[in-house]
Amino acid sequence: MSRPGTLRVLSDGEVASVHEAALRVLAESGVYIDYPRALEHLAEKGARVDFAARRVRFPRSLVERALLSCPDSFTLYDRDGRAALQVGGDQVHFAPGSCAVRVLDSDGTARPSTARDLVDLVRVADALPQVSLQSTAVVAAEAPKELADSYRLFLVLSHSAKPVVTGAFSEPGLWDMKTLLDAVSDDQAGDAPCAVFDVCPSPPLKWTAISAANVMDGAAANLPIEFVSMPMPGAASPATLAGSVALHAAETLSGVVLAQTVRPGARVVWGGAPVQFDMRYGTTPLSAVEATMIGVASAQLGKHYRLPTHTYAALSDAKEVDAQAGLETALSGVLAALARINVISGLGTLDFENTHSREKLVLDAELAGMVQRLLRGISVSGETLATELIVELGPGADYLGQRHTRRWFREESHLPGAVIDRLERQAWAQSGSPDAWARARKQVEVLLAGHQAPAPPADRAGALAAAMRRIMAAHGCQALPFVER
Amino acid sequence: MQAQEELKELRDAILEADDERALAATGRLLEAGVDPRTILDSGMSQAMFELGERWNRGEVFLPEVVAAADVFKRCNELVEPALLAGGRRQPSHRVVMATVKGDVHDLGKNIVGAMLRTAGFEVHDLGKDVPADRLVEAVRELEPSLVGLSALLTTTMLQQKAAIQALEAAGLRQAVRVLVGGAPVTGQWAAEIGADGYAPNAPEAVKLALRLVEGAAPGPGGGAP
Repeated sequence: MSRPGTLRVLSDGEVASVHEAALRVLAESGVYIDYPRALEHLAEKGARVDFAARRVRFPRSLVERALLSCPDSFTLYDRDGRAALQVGGDQVHFAPGSCAVRVLDSDGTARPSTARDLVDLVRVADALPQVSLQSTAVVAAEAPKELADSYRLFLVLSHSAKPVVTGAFSEPGLWDMKTLLDAVSDDQAGDAPCAVFDVCPSPPLKWTAISAANVMDGAAANLPIEFVSMPMPGAASPATLAGSVALHAAETLSGVVLAQTVRPGARVVWGGAPVQFDMRYGTTPLSAVEATMIGVASAQLGKHYRLPTHTYAALSDAKEVDAQAGLETALSGVLAALARINVISGLGTLDFENTHSREKLVLDAELAGMVQRLLRGISVSGETLATELIVELGPGADYLGQRHTRRWFREESHLPGAVIDRLERQAWAQSGSPDAWARARKQVEVLLAGHQAPAPPADRAGALAAAMRRIMAAHGCQALPFVER
Repeated sequence: MQAQEELKELRDAILEADDERALAATGRLLEAGVDPRTILDSGMSQAMFELGERWNRGEVFLPEVVAAADVFKRCNELVEPALLAGGRRQPSHRVVMATVKGDVHDLGKNIVGAMLRTAGFEVHDLGKDVPADRLVEAVRELEPSLVGLSALLTTTMLQQKAAIQALEAAGLRQAVRVLVGGAPVTGQWAAEIGADGYAPNAPEAVKLALRLVEGAAPGPGGGAP
């Protein structure tokens, strides 16, 4: 089996140069951590800490030791405790983008997202086999700020069994979320994790109290942590791609040290949300080709350290599901997948990760399916070369009726869903000349009407709802949609 | 083995496009003295009907349909003499198909033929590069309800028109319904050359064929209005 080569945008020597640059940044500049508990902890573990300035400088040996204790891959379980997927190696998994604040409705208007929107997105993603993970895709406008993070996770866990990429919005939020995960898994949140927690440093080289606390607490609770550094070339990192990759590496390494010194062996993912900084509008397109190049280069660093990798890609900054959305999603998604980045987050999203679309999710899942076919490569053997068959049949033969065709056509060809138009023109016209958006709308209707998302087993569903009610009560919240009273 | 089990074996073999097994089962059924009509209806046609259902559910694809239809055809060659000997011809609608003169592309026609067989039509395939006089001869002899004419090239689609004119000249045009198809063919072209219908793909061709024979008595000449 000949698989496509792994995409690399840096040579081995250049990876080493970035590594050296990151180590020098960590030793000489260090990072700012706005969280005394982390400062004390790191001082104790051998970092040089300026408590007044909240600056932490990392000796080289501390970083190297932390890298040695990281697992090179780990298993993610589904909500109901079954091993679902491996994060690491050459595996590529696709997840919807997360934490958008708007949805693009089926009538084409963008509006603030609600609990119902998240449930619909989760149900659509649950029905799509190309989507390996869920994400807490949008915030629910109904939820009070203090429980916005736990409520999102509750909604996902209630409507899909797939593993989920999520994240906390506050220090106690992470513990509330762990309570939910324990409730639905019979206290397996740490031992058989079904959730990955995104934690974002603030570029350049800063950790807020919330992020630092989430790293330390996530490691203590044995929850997988995904570092999502977001260099911003020319604004919050050097304008050069190499400098931005170095800054990404320095930020992420500081997170790795923080997690590994709390719990050596903590599961960590070398992730990122690379952007370009558009010098005309001051916007931060995640689907710019330079952003994806930073993502691929950063993943090379992660793979050099033998860590599981992640990036945001397979998304677009267009405002509608149009030709720009298609080309940006496909370009970034294909590049990230060829780089064998283990988790690719972004399906369904538009508009700088701010807007989610169920219809786009359905279309993007087709991209994910095609990309997985690409990654399977071309099988070359006597049987697949079919020389004997070609010689036997000779010129002008019909291969359609051949046994060889029946033996091979299913595994050799990837059949996309109905949302990808492959009709002959007249048949397409007869079916109403639907464009991609119209076909996706129809598919969303079919999925939402027909797909039964699996609820947790009865006792665990009860425990999950009870845990959510306790969290709500602690914050003085009486009722929320989808939470039984 | 009981006849019922043997019929199931025949259906399974056709669905799996296993020609050796299907032909063996057909042979055993005939030898055991089972009514050839039963073999055809409860065995072979039932399998093609099931295949059509699977097609509609998106479970099988063109290679499986074409192969199963080919196995059906070969089994039919064993059953047909017995049917004729018993004087009991199958009362199904007959279709004569051809890729027109000058055109050697028969993949599309084969697919349509296979799909028509799944819908219960008796398909007589004249092959490719078929001159109009051979078509006329076959129509005269077989008295089909339907004639299907395929052309892939813009240069050969004119031959569809020539074939229809030849049927008219022979006085046979009123006795049959003519369907045309092929990549360059459109509904407008079908109307222009006096065909009775056009379909853009095989499933639509089956629907059209069923519509055209609706109400007409099956059997030879059944398509005559």
